Amino acid sequence: MSTKTDTVAKKGYDVEEIRAQFPILKELVHGKPLVYFDNAATSQKPRRVIKAESAYYATINANVHRGVHTLSTKATEAQEAARETARAQINAKHAHEVIFTSGTTASINLAATSLGQLLLKKGDEVVISGMEHHSNIVPWQLACERHSAVLKVIPITDSGEWDLKQVPFSERTRILAISHVSNTLGTINPVKKLIAQAKKKGIVTVVDGAQAAPHLRIDVQDLGADLYAFSGHKAYGPTGTGVLYGREELLERMPPWQGGGEMIETVTLGKSTWAKLPFKFEAGTPHIAGIIGLGEAIRWMQDYDLGAMAAHERALLEYATKELLAIEGLRIIGTAKEKVGVISFVIDGVHHYDLGTLLDQQGIAVRTGHHCTQPLMDRFGVSGTTRASFACFNTIDEVDALVAGVTKGAKMLR
Amino acid sequence: MTTTMNIAQAQQEVVEEFALFSDWQDRYEHLIELGKDLPLIAPEHKVDDNLVRGCQSRVWLNAELKNKLVHFTADSDAMITKGIVALLVRVYNDRTPQEILGASTDFIDRIGLREHLSPNRSNGLSAMIDQMKRYALAYSAK
Repeated sequence: MSTKTDTVAKKGYDVEEIRAQFPILKELVHGKPLVYFDNAATSQKPRRVIKAESAYYATINANVHRGVHTLSTKATEAQEAARETARAQINAKHAHEVIFTSGTTASINLAATSLGQLLLKKGDEVVISGMEHHSNIVPWQLACERHSAVLKVIPITDSGEWDLKQVPFSERTRILAISHVSNTLGTINPVKKLIAQAKKKGIVTVVDGAQAAPHLRIDVQDLGADLYAFSGHKAYGPTGTGVLYGREELLERMPPWQGGGEMIETVTLGKSTWAKLPFKFEAGTPHIAGIIGLGEAIRWMQDYDLGAMAAHERALLEYATKELLAIEGLRIIGTAKEKVGVISFVIDGVHHYDLGTLLDQQGIAVRTGHHCTQPLMDRFGVSGTTRASFACFNTIDEVDALVAGVTKGAKMLR
Repeated sequence: MTTTMNIAQAQQEVVEEFALFSDWQDRYEHLIELGKDLPLIAPEHKVDDNLVRGCQSRVWLNAELKNKLVHFTADSDAMITKGIVALLVRVYNDRTPQEILGASTDFIDRIGLREHLSPNRSNGLSAMIDQMKRYALAYSAK
């Protein structure tokens, strides 16, 4: 066994045992073994999650919170068990502070629409950062437009971190909306520190945790976040699932986002009153099967120890960074000290689309383009990057395949 | 010469040419070489108005009617894309609008570049073909 594999093996982390749980990793792409490095877009799913979702349809499919019949009770119990699992995972005080949504995008749209209505007056300000995903920019732009408020932006340093000396807080700042981890750069942001500053000024804080959920232990009470959003599908769970955590007191004051069934207490044609938390924010039939799968994904991660996974991904990141930098003309965009397993890079004279195509021919899946962060691409003066993002099931051998693939691709293109 | 062939024959020629390559690397290297022969768009036409929408890489496509034939020039910032545009231009260039409008586009599939044909956001081959046909349609009305 080579020394590079030893460094991972020493931590007592059995990556082969983990890989065996992901059926898709046996697939071939263009006749070659799949190397999946697009986890920041969506992670692959372990068999337990796939089974949990289909078991719901096969054995207890019924609508939740309505029927008196047995299946409805079982479906409701399973969904509410997932809520408790999610609560524990992020250390929320109450299960009713966990609102199920279709994903981070829906969570932030809920937050922006409802908070906008509650807090924003003409001339008020919302602060975001220059590394936000479009889904943590556009909902705030829309909210600002609706309430004649102004969007302000924390600038980004050359290493891809917030410039904390230039946080544009003012007397008029009402909301701070920031990402915990950058999807494009991998930067782990000092959210706790910035939230503490915001709190002193009475600013309501919203965190986009889409990229943190698969990699970091999230403790919403320790962070002090008022609202915290994440998706199931980037953290080994099903697509179409997500969470918006909210502090009880704030959620109580926030107006509902979407109207419909499930979210009301009483309805007359003149006026309706709202259901209790969390149902006030969960109009319509939820994605019950997905939510059950989301709960299973979280339990699966808990069984495998997020800390061990993070250590493994960190080893992959360090090795890949070193090896990729040895390629002539390759530059990594995002060189923060604190990063998750995400590497964005550009190569002189090589277009990311070409490179992505040639990697795909070798069975290697990466993301190319602007990664839904066009303002960040402008900040670094590039039209796009090639991004490799790691998960708990990736291996050092796969990183070697990536480096060989990039070397080969770059040679063909130059 | 391709100009003496009809579109179907030109497509067949491309299919046979690509059949010579047994592995992906040769196929893509050939495509990258072809990109170097693309009739380049004049600088004054390399403007945003001529960008083909739906491509992850930037593609500029211009068409002019010369002696009742549609003449294409193009460019791209990505080399594989440029190669694909070069293939399309080779097949469709200097044809009557009617011939372009009536031509099938399945030859891309037949040369093992199917993944470039899928109508998703990451590539714009269909968008390029649509744009060529739109030019042809506009000229056919004249």
